[in-house]
Amino acid sequence: MDLTALLLSRIQFGSTVAFHIIFPSFTIGLAAWLTVLEALRLWTGRPVYRLIFEFWLKIFGVAFGLGVVSGIVMAFQFGTNWSELSRMSGPIQGPLLSYETFTAFFLEASFFGILLFGRPRVPPWFYFFSTAMVALGTTLSAFWIMVNNSWMQVPTGYVMENGAFAPDDWAKILFSPVVWVRFPHMLLASYLTGAVCVAATGAWYVLRAIFAAEARVMLRMGSYLAAVLLPAQLVFGHLNGEYIVHHQPAKMAAIEARWHDEKPASEVLLAWPDVENHRNLFAITLPPPFGSLIDSDNLSAGEVGLESIPPENWPPVAIPFFSFRIMVGCWAVMLLIAWIGSYLIHKGRFEQNRMLLWATFLSFPLPFIAILSGWVTAEVGRQPWVVYGVLRTADAMTPFLTARTVAVSLAVYCVVYSFIFAFGIYYIYRLLRAGPEGRLVLPPAAAVPNRPMSVVDEHHLTPTAHHVPAGE
Amino acid sequence: MVTFWVAILAVSILLYVLLDGFDLGVGMLFGLTHDETRRREMLSAIAPMWDGNETWLVVAGVVLWGAFPVVYATLLSAFYLPVLLALAGLILRGVAFEYRNKTERLRWIWDAGFAGGSLVAAFIQGMIVGALVEQLPITNGQYTGGDFGWFSPFAMLCGVGLCLGYALLGACWLVRKCEGDVREEAYRLIPYLAISLLAFLVVVFGYALAENLRVIHRWVERPYLCAFPAIGIVAALVAAASVRHRRDGVPFYMVALIFTAAFGTLAISFWPYMIPFSITIEEAAAPHSSLAFMFWGEGLFVFPLMLLYTVISYTVFRGKVRPTANHY
Repeated sequence: MDLTALLLSRIQFGSTVAFHIIFPSFTIGLAAWLTVLEALRLWTGRPVYRLIFEFWLKIFGVAFGLGVVSGIVMAFQFGTNWSELSRMSGPIQGPLLSYETFTAFFLEASFFGILLFGRPRVPPWFYFFSTAMVALGTTLSAFWIMVNNSWMQVPTGYVMENGAFAPDDWAKILFSPVVWVRFPHMLLASYLTGAVCVAATGAWYVLRAIFAAEARVMLRMGSYLAAVLLPAQLVFGHLNGEYIVHHQPAKMAAIEARWHDEKPASEVLLAWPDVENHRNLFAITLPPPFGSLIDSDNLSAGEVGLESIPPENWPPVAIPFFSFRIMVGCWAVMLLIAWIGSYLIHKGRFEQNRMLLWATFLSFPLPFIAILSGWVTAEVGRQPWVVYGVLRTADAMTPFLTARTVAVSLAVYCVVYSFIFAFGIYYIYRLLRAGPEGRLVLPPAAAVPNRPMSVVDEHHLTPTAHHVPAGE
Repeated sequence: MVTFWVAILAVSILLYVLLDGFDLGVGMLFGLTHDETRRREMLSAIAPMWDGNETWLVVAGVVLWGAFPVVYATLLSAFYLPVLLALAGLILRGVAFEYRNKTERLRWIWDAGFAGGSLVAAFIQGMIVGALVEQLPITNGQYTGGDFGWFSPFAMLCGVGLCLGYALLGACWLVRKCEGDVREEAYRLIPYLAISLLAFLVVVFGYALAENLRVIHRWVERPYLCAFPAIGIVAALVAAASVRHRRDGVPFYMVALIFTAAFGTLAISFWPYMIPFSITIEEAAAPHSSLAFMFWGEGLFVFPLMLLYTVISYTVFRGKVRPTANHY
């Protein structure tokens, strides 16, 4: 086996997952937001909630479709590039991911269909229930994915049998404490993504002086929600840190660029980690005990440095170090905007403050960048392990894979993905730009639950044809 | 428990072959015509179902991984490049389906993607089956064939064969769902497709005999296997009669029955091997705790609900697709 095939495989897996993760994290947030809107509409009866609901449902459809398409590749890529991993951990990862597929398929099939066509056919409470079920479905999907990933981060509840991981305690796997800090962290990140995108869209309309009523609702709900969720996210981010300190000291040392054991530890805010000489250049550092306080909630705790860990177990230090700081930086900017925004909304002055409106509008990429960089921190930070402490990434790869083959597949994925996603994102942009049109759209007759993207066809197939039941 | 998951896997694969088979077939036939009205009608004949059909591939994939991890790992890594191309084909045709309606100028790109993607996906599925029948180079449970270990004239031939088969299934679907030109054209194509498919089967059988493939020995050992081809032949005769008498509804079911018979034939000729003649079902099965975990949730509840959902959605969209008056 050669190293380049490994590197290319990692790049391929990383980039296809990165493409994929954008859409589910957006749709999980949107589904929750749609549920809130529908609840508000039931409660207050104000038509504006219905308008906003229909509008975001279309965007949900496209993003959901792109998530499904990019997810198909994920279901097979474990086997193609990581055959050793899928052979060994299949008894655990396979069932977890099959639950993901089954749950997603089932909830998508039954309740998303009702969202699209059911409005005139089912009672309002049931329509609301269906919205909530779609939200539950996306949430459950995220749950299974996070259980799976958390098991790889901190493997538990298994025994080794014939060179493979055999589950011997599913409760331990499902209710691992690691799952229950990482899953909420991911969920909050998705809700934040929804909230920030909704607020940004509202700000955009206010700046363009269109859809005043809808824009106000979006701006208000998005900003308030972000203002509340961001501090909560800090708490869960911190709890994530605790499991890392406990189970993955190498990752923590890399995130903190901490080379030597320190007791109590200092905290490097910014630096250029110099891996060769085990030191930080241009470092801005908070003195002890800030490091101990941040990592272990303790004024005198000792923190492990990279030098006490064998170098063959180090992750590439600079990547988790910087990606973590990018994530936290995005968080801080979003917090600033959301808090000032909420304050101004409360005072009734937001819509006059063009600078803050622009900031809110332009902040829409931040949650996505935060999610991607947080995910890079978690995944690159646990290298060189794929199942932490048990199976190295290098040993997990398909043993006979050559660099040339992976280069071909990587190139194919790059071309296909950039092609389809460029178009997909362009269509989302067009929908957002057009905005809620002030009238209620009836679903086109041929849009079906299995074809979420069809909701937004302008020149739809169905004006030309419809299905007539036999015997008519 | 192992038997249960073999059954679930078999049902998922068979459903995939039958359901996505016809829409891949329609995709290929789509490439044969340039008339926009016909194309639209062909698309609306599969519009409500195609995506749901493809879901069965993902279901089969994850069940295979969870219940038979060794097979999942071995097959997908051995067929690295084919799987890549098939996935790219499926993705392209999936998005082409939606995107072609959003543009006039670039429609030809999506149309090419739709027909080409369908063709590639179908060809590769057939090729994989062919390579399996011929036996993959596997020593001590490890695939040893390199990038192109699956390549052989026989596998290529099977790729062509499945394209013909899917196209036939697709033509029968069009007969069932459409009227007018599209239906007539499909009726015109059916005999050609059927005869080519028959010729293909004869060649494959001859090749298998000539090469003395191990699969053939199993037929000698298990004469009851011949029941399946017999079912196939009866179905073919009924199909031929129904085409002659223009009974729109019948040919699709008959061709589907032929596919089912072929699937059964293959499955039983492989039995008890999952990857012929190196990895058996028992060897491949995940530990009991994995199978049981899957059984009590998705196996017992979600899977039947999914089947039910499939039946309901096909019932909702039954009958002919009819062009409406307000054609623009």
